[in-house]
Formats: sequence, C-alpha cells, structure tokens
Amino acid sequence: MAAPTMEKPRTNEGAKVQTVTMAKALNMGLRAAMEADPKVLVLGEDVGKLGGVFRVTDGLQKDFGEQRVLDTPLAESGIIGTAIGLAIRGFRPVCEIQFDGFVFPGFDQIVSQLAKLHFRSQGKVKMPVVVRIPFGGGIGAVEHHSESPESYFAHTAGLKVVACSNPIDAYWMMQQAIASDDPVIFFEPKRRYWEKAQLDPGITPDPLFSSRVLRQGGSATVACYGPSVKTCLDAATAAEEDGIDLEVIDLRTLSPLDLGPVFDSVRRTGRLVLVSEAPSESSVTAEVATRVQQECFYSLEAPVLRVTGFDTPYPPSKLEEDFLPDLDRVLHAVDRSLAY
Amino acid sequence: MIAGLRATTEGGADLVQLLSPEGERVSHPAFDIEVTPEELRGLYRDMVLVRRADREGNALQRQGQLGIWVPLLGQEAAQIGAGRAMRPNDMAFPSYREHGVAWCKGIQPTDILGIFRGTDHGSWDPIATRFHLYTIVIGNQCLNAAGYAMGQRFEGKVGDDDGEATIVFFGDGATSQGDVHEGMVWSAVYDAPLVFYCQNNQWAISEPVERQTRVPLYERARGYGFPGIRVDGNDVLACLAVTRWAMDECRHGNGPVLIEAFTYRMDAHTTSDDPTRYRLSDELEAWKLKDPIERVRVHLVKQQWADQEFFDQVQAEADELAAHLREFCVNMPDPHPERIFSRVYAEESPVVRRERDEFLDYLSGFADAHAGGER
Repeated sequence: MAAPTMEKPRTNEGAKVQTVTMAKALNMGLRAAMEADPKVLVLGEDVGKLGGVFRVTDGLQKDFGEQRVLDTPLAESGIIGTAIGLAIRGFRPVCEIQFDGFVFPGFDQIVSQLAKLHFRSQGKVKMPVVVRIPFGGGIGAVEHHSESPESYFAHTAGLKVVACSNPIDAYWMMQQAIASDDPVIFFEPKRRYWEKAQLDPGITPDPLFSSRVLRQGGSATVACYGPSVKTCLDAATAAEEDGIDLEVIDLRTLSPLDLGPVFDSVRRTGRLVLVSEAPSESSVTAEVATRVQQECFYSLEAPVLRVTGFDTPYPPSKLEEDFLPDLDRVLHAVDRSLAY
Repeated sequence: MIAGLRATTEGGADLVQLLSPEGERVSHPAFDIEVTPEELRGLYRDMVLVRRADREGNALQRQGQLGIWVPLLGQEAAQIGAGRAMRPNDMAFPSYREHGVAWCKGIQPTDILGIFRGTDHGSWDPIATRFHLYTIVIGNQCLNAAGYAMGQRFEGKVGDDDGEATIVFFGDGATSQGDVHEGMVWSAVYDAPLVFYCQNNQWAISEPVERQTRVPLYERARGYGFPGIRVDGNDVLACLAVTRWAMDECRHGNGPVLIEAFTYRMDAHTTSDDPTRYRLSDELEAWKLKDPIERVRVHLVKQQWADQEFFDQVQAEADELAAHLREFCVNMPDPHPERIFSRVYAEESPVVRRERDEFLDYLSGFADAHAGGER
C-alpha cells in the first residue's frame, strides 16, 4: 500500500552533509520550516531564551524574535487552546509539551477542539498544528517524565500521530508535520535526543505517513517505533550471531498506520514481534496485531507477540530498566516466536 | 430554599444602565451614547426577531422536529447589544446560546438548525463570517479566542481606529473552568485585543451563580490586570455602549476587557431541562419586570419614535421569519451515511477511506439501502 503524501518533499540541494544529534536535527527542521513560512510559530514553556529543556528550540527566539518563538505562561491547555485560535487566524503553530506526562491538561483542547474542528466545519477550518511531545523512559527521571501516551492520541479521530526514531527522520518529519494541514502529534524519543547520524539535507525524504523497513531479514519480523527502534536494531545485530535474521520495521506513523510493509514482511517471515514502551492493553501494538491477524492470517506461523512496557504506572526510575523493553526481552520474544 | 443558594435579581451599584426597566433613559458618566430613533428601532426589531426565532426553535423541538433547543429567552439585549457593537472585521467566538450574536453576524436562524436537528455540527463558514462555530465544551472557546486575538496583534492589526478585535462569549458557569482563567492570563500577558463577554444569566443548568463565585464576576478582571465592567444585560443600549467601548479599547491596543452582562435565563437551560426542580417562580416573575424588549418598546412609545404601525410591521416580519424557519426545518433532508466519513482530515486518512468503503458496500447489500439523504 502506497503511503499517502500530503506534503511536497522539500529538498535542500547544496546544503552540506553533517553529523548531528536528534535534538539538533529537530532544531534544524524547525528552523528550516520557520524560514520557509513566516506563519510558522513555536510556542511552549521555556522554548525561548532557554531553548527548551532539551535545547530542541535553541537559538530560534534569538533569530526569529519573541512573536514567533513564544515563552508561554505555564499551562498546557493554554498552549494548545491558543495554538488552535492562532491556526484559525492562519498561523501554523508548533507547540512544545515539555514532557509526556504534562500533556494531559491540554488533552481536552486536543481531543475536543484540535481533533474535531476540521470535521465540525467540514473543512472550512484547517488545523495545521504540531504538538511536539518528548516521550518514553530511560533517562532516570521522576514521575510524569517517562510516559508513552501515544495510544490516547492514535485512538482519537482527527489527529495524526507520528514518532521519529533517528536524527535523519527527525529533521524531515518535523518539516513535513509542519507542512501538514492536519494536526500532528509528534513524539520524540527523549532518550535518543543525543544519538548522532549523518544528515544530508540534499536528499528527498520518504513521505511522513509511511513506515520503513530498516533491516531486511527472513527469520521473523520485528516492528517498532520511537525509542524502541534502536533497541530492536541492536537485538537484530545480536541475533545474527545465532544465525537468526530479523527484519526490522520502523512504523514511524502511528495514525494513520502504514502497515503495507508489515503485511509484506509477515507474509514472507510468518512471524511478528511488536515492540513498544507503552503499556500493551488497547494500544498501538494491539491495533497492529489485529490488522496483521486480519490481513496475514494464512501466512502466520506463530501468534503475534508483543514486548511492551507493563500495564502499570511508570515505576520509580531505579526499576525502569526492568520495565522498558530491552535487547534481551526482544530476543526472548523472537525465540518464543521461532519455537512455535 | 437553602439560604445563600439563590440567584439574585440585583446587579448592584456598579451596574451600567442606560435604559431603566420602566423605559426611562438614564445617564452614565462613562458610557453614555447618543442613539437615533432609527437605531433604537433597529435594535428593537433585532430583539423581537431573534426572540421569535427562539420561540419557534423551542416549539419545533416540542413537536419532534429538533432533538434539542437551547433557548436565549431573556438574553436578547445582552446578545444584540454586543453583536451590534462589532464591526465586520471583528471576530466572535460563541458558546452555544448565541443565536442573537449570530444574527448580527449575518448568520440566519436556519443556518443554526442543523446542529439541533442533528444534520450537521454547524453549517456556516467561521472564517468568512468571522463567527466561530458553536463550542459546546464549556470554556474551551476562551483560549481559542485568545489565540486568535494574539494573531490579530502579531499581524499588526491592532493599534488604531482601523484595528481589529475579538469577542468571546461564555456564561457564569464557564467562569469556573480553567480554560477561562488561562484565556484571561494569556490575553493579559500578550496584550491581546479580546473582550471577554460573560453573560451571567444566574444559572448554570441548576446551579446558581453562588456555586461559581464569592465575588461579583466582573471584579475578577482586576486580578488579571485589565478592566471589568458589569452592565445591565437586559438593557440593549448599555450592552451596546459598553461593548463598543471595550472593542474600541482592544482595537486601539488597550485590551483585554471583561464585561459581565447581568441578565437572566428566562427559560430552561435547554429543552431537556426542568427549571421547576431548582428555582422558584417568583424569581422568574421579578425578572419578567426587567424584560429587555418591553423597556425599549415603552421608550420608543414615550419618545414617539415609533407608532403602532411600526410595531405591527415588526411583529409581522417576526411571524414570517418563524414560518420560514419552520418550513425550512421540516424539509431538511437527513444526511447520507457517507457524511460520517466526510472531511475528518484535510488529507484523507486511509483508515477512514477503508471504513467508509466497507460500510457503504455493506449498506448497498440492503434492498432499502439508505437511498434518501444528501451526499
């Protein structure tokens, strides 16, 4: 299934290849979008002078001014609610929610207004708003700083939900999300902010709402997103030593899902392991498993297995290494799948 | 009746009033306006027409033509006064009872029916009319309005007499919502050209205003650092004068402003509500003496600004409007099931497309497949 393209791919020929962290790549993506369109605004807590607690907006206020990079009062409903009003006026706001666990005061505005205005007005009002949310665990933080709330948003009609996993995607997906006329909830894996990659701004990126096969293999399929992608790639490297050849797919878009590459892969391997930090019940991985069961029923050699966070509140950080899917838990699930 | 749990009929000493309930002109040091006979006849006509449309909406619900109706009875002056204070470029964010403001923005009562008949969620173009769609989640619109007004400022459309402003409508119950508070914080710190227009109609369904506040609502503005004014919400002249001033303050860059229009919900919260369970009829009788339309009628007669022919003519026009509303309502087609899937996104989602195709295919298997309705 071809992924829909809603945005013109932007290329930046002549720009030089450089090694950047994901935080820097996101920053560059924001900067490029702000340079391309004066209606793009950045708003959030501490995004101005400080450059955001993760420095993703570093230097933007200095270069674009206080009317385009707004240090807002400290209320998430206010950030989202005013972004909606700015969008009605014709702006393209990019909201930063400081941490995943702080999005819930803004949840009402996201679900009640942001997600529904296009449908309510039958397209007369567009909602080109991006809500950036650093998500996931692994940084030893206190409560409310390590959550994976993506399923709430993927469950809400009217929203689009994506998660980047590496600096290159971060750079392109940020610009594509801002160019989208639909609201996009943009999840950034915070423990990967400092991972580095070679960024070539001259290439033509994949469409935003598309998944991607990162590693080809025939033994079993592993599908994942966000912070789990690196975990799964590491697991695939380790499995290689045992002669197990894993295919790894980065879902990238959680709503709408782009499962064509997953179906193709499962039809070849007959086995699927899904990996996510979010609790498993009624989650994105639950939806993927259901769809694969519907589309690949006769190809499956084993039940779809999942490696996820537990269905508990996020634990104190001394326990997070047990809570989060790691290389061993992924390989354990692969072994169980292969043993069927 | 529990002591202290009762809405009040008294607006207090700070109440801005220009036309008394007895139809006498009252002067006010800050907000007096000159009004011509023609202007006052126009305001009277507006109020009679929106009340007549409102009563027809109520009747259409009682007769099963609408699923629900949200009456504005008693709040005609608060809405027409504010609505007529707006200029074409000014933006309004309503809650869901602002049929009178909609009228002033050129949105016909027929445009509103679909929401209450269940055929749409709002049919008008909020961008072209500068009247946002009705917002049902209490208080949400105050933040959306704050953002819009910030946008007006960022675009440089604020600062002189040609400037733009925004007005947001909400009720006394909404003032307890965090979004109203946050809207006031945002508007204040960004100097947004936004008028907060609170119609204090004394009741949030069954809860009296004393369940929302210990201080008069207009006094809350001081805590945010902008002016708050309490106006007689049943006095169309006072509402017009105060709102015009407030919008002008905003367009000149001196916003925001809070207006508390002190009024009364004469009818139920909606047609699903039964006010006899929570309020006494003597309160309603006391407010009937402050009727927003009657005082204008008395004044027009006293001043000899209108004769019987005028009143008869307005009444005939109102009846014609009501008849048209009824005719339109009963002939509204049901939407086609395809509408469920229509324009959920700007860029269609493959998920919605798949579900639509599957469902329409399923429907086509029935002999009497939903043939009616408009695609």
